[in-house]
Amino acid sequence: MFPYANMLSYWIYLLAVLILAAGFFAPGGPTGAGWTLYPPQSVLSGTPGGQDWGILLMLSSLIVFIIGFTMGGLNYVVTVLQGRARGMTLMRMPLTVWGIFTATVMALLAFPALFVACVMMLFDRLLGTSFFMPAIVEMGTQLQHGGGSPILFQHLFWFFGHPEVYIVALPAFGIVSDLISTHARKNIFGYRMMVWAIVIIAALSFVVWAHHMYVSGMNPAFGFFFATTTLIIAVPTAIKVYNWVLTLWRGDIHLTLPMLFALAFIVTFVNGGLTGLFLGNVVVDVPLSDTMFVVAHFHMVMGVAPILVVFGAIYHWYPKVTGRMLNDVLGHIHYWTTFLGAYAIFFPMHYLGLLGVPRRYYEIGETSFVPPSAHTLNIFITVMALVVGAAQVVFLFNLVWSLFRGREAGGNPWRATTLEWQTPQTPPAHGNWGKDLPIVYRWAYDYSVPGAPEDFIPQTQPATDRVTREVMT
Amino acid sequence: MNVTLLFLAVIGAIIAWWMAGQRLTSKPWLEASPVQTATGLEDPPAPAIKIGLYVFLGVVGALFSLFISAYFMRMASSDWWGMPVPRLLWVNTALLATSSAALQWAKSEARHGRMGNLRPALVAGLLLAALFLAGQIEAWRDLNAAGYVLADNPANSFFYILTGLHGLHILGGLVVTGRTTVRAFAADIAPARLRLSVDLCTLYSHFMLAVWLILFALFAGWANDFVDLCRQLLS
Ligand SMILES: [Cu+2]
Repeated sequence: MFPYANMLSYWIYLLAVLILAAGFFAPGGPTGAGWTLYPPQSVLSGTPGGQDWGILLMLSSLIVFIIGFTMGGLNYVVTVLQGRARGMTLMRMPLTVWGIFTATVMALLAFPALFVACVMMLFDRLLGTSFFMPAIVEMGTQLQHGGGSPILFQHLFWFFGHPEVYIVALPAFGIVSDLISTHARKNIFGYRMMVWAIVIIAALSFVVWAHHMYVSGMNPAFGFFFATTTLIIAVPTAIKVYNWVLTLWRGDIHLTLPMLFALAFIVTFVNGGLTGLFLGNVVVDVPLSDTMFVVAHFHMVMGVAPILVVFGAIYHWYPKVTGRMLNDVLGHIHYWTTFLGAYAIFFPMHYLGLLGVPRRYYEIGETSFVPPSAHTLNIFITVMALVVGAAQVVFLFNLVWSLFRGREAGGNPWRATTLEWQTPQTPPAHGNWGKDLPIVYRWAYDYSVPGAPEDFIPQTQPATDRVTREVMT
Repeated sequence: MNVTLLFLAVIGAIIAWWMAGQRLTSKPWLEASPVQTATGLEDPPAPAIKIGLYVFLGVVGALFSLFISAYFMRMASSDWWGMPVPRLLWVNTALLATSSAALQWAKSEARHGRMGNLRPALVAGLLLAALFLAGQIEAWRDLNAAGYVLADNPANSFFYILTGLHGLHILGGLVVTGRTTVRAFAADIAPARLRLSVDLCTLYSHFMLAVWLILFALFAGWANDFVDLCRQLLS
């Protein structure tokens, strides 16, 4: 609805990326504070970039990014609220749109927390305030800060940080639902439950943040509360997983590349989600928290799983964007290397974590509790990571090559129901529809409707005879 | 984080109320008859820009409630010294309130299409808000001169950061209201468009006034009494 704000959002985002990348060329190098930026460590001279440009560029980049995101987010939310095609009720929207919409609302409410934390840390670093900085002696000199609360930063950071997990996951949930339904030629199982689960997950994810702070210490009552909410949020998530599996059950499954990636996502997400249940408990989390177990959990659930969806989505929508199919052989090489390779990388890390191998160390050295076999395993992980990295080159090559040499896709190669596949031209021209906007007559999942001539009915097709309907109910 | 959670609960209630009207329990797979499909958006939709402003105010509200949460959490440490509230802030508060009232007047004039009254009302609202900003800067200078500098104490730091952030939001409102005022003086006025602009400026101004009143209560220490009262009630 706001094309200007949307474009501005993109350019501001680009500016944020440039500021971030500038850290590599700044005196003192990029910040060494990790992605959590915990003060006081992140702004002290012992940390790379702490007293140089690194941390300043990082914080400014985040602030600029959040301003840019807010514009784009406003545009997205208002477009879904006010700009839908005629007949497109909320309950007729594809789950992809539901996922992105809900995630955007969440992001609009969660990013301000990061904004506040970044502004206050900039003040601490530049103007000598003590929001987060306690009294501290650095290299033998007493700094002028005093009384600040590093825990306050952690609260702000994780108040943003946990919803962020679902800001990444909800669009992936939505996209996977659509990929599975389309490529299994079956309506999505429990559409209403899927929508409700998305909304409930979004709401719950705002009251679990302190499970990232068990190690910082807290009132046992709070620990109990946050462990409970963390476990409760697994319920709607599990409902979604069951519904995906039930959608597949007795479906006419086409093992296309989007479907393969969607299946890989389900397996990976379940894997990563289960270890999350371990870590959500205070007593289990405390010994595992600083080990490779957390690295394995995090990368399975938030790294690999959503990226598999991104790949699936690219293989699915590339034909609409370019008018050509991606090459299948290259796609299969990419898929199998990425999927199996990711497991080869991250599965062993669970084991390393249980051994007690700490995370965040680039070299462990001689330690009595780490056997030599752990080092061999680390070498294996590194080699596999390089192999998976190389597979992405195949993917990039495929993207470029298919743009020119790919098979012509036609307007609707997957025989899908949703609006984007019904545009008069492929790739869609400016404005997508030309003069006449489409009218939506049905939900997004009319696949294999009994009595229908084809195994899909586009959302734009009016109901012609009621008999079909009655048969179905 | 209690303040933030309270704010989010309010937002959540609004979302729940809105969703309750969206037929979330309908069974979309049973509805394909053309009669029902026409009901997608039957009311003339509210202007997108207005919904946009509501959502934006939600974001701004989240921002300030997070800052206020941080304020209360930081306040718990022992190095917190209260800070006197400069007299000038009372004057500024009055200025901002009258500015908001002037815009409310402008809104009602615009609704009745009385352009002659609309213009002075808009200009008054604009000038008063600008005076508020000038007053805030003056208050900063007074405090600085009296030795209450930014880094001295967390209370001071929060005072400067919160008034600064609020001032920036007022400045943004001034720019938009200024553009609306210029449009009101233009020869070719599109009344409906102008009415909408005045509407939105007024809404924004009321919201920022409310934020200021809360911040003022915070600095004056009344909010603390209120929080203490809540704590006592809870325990
Ligand atoms: Cu979390």
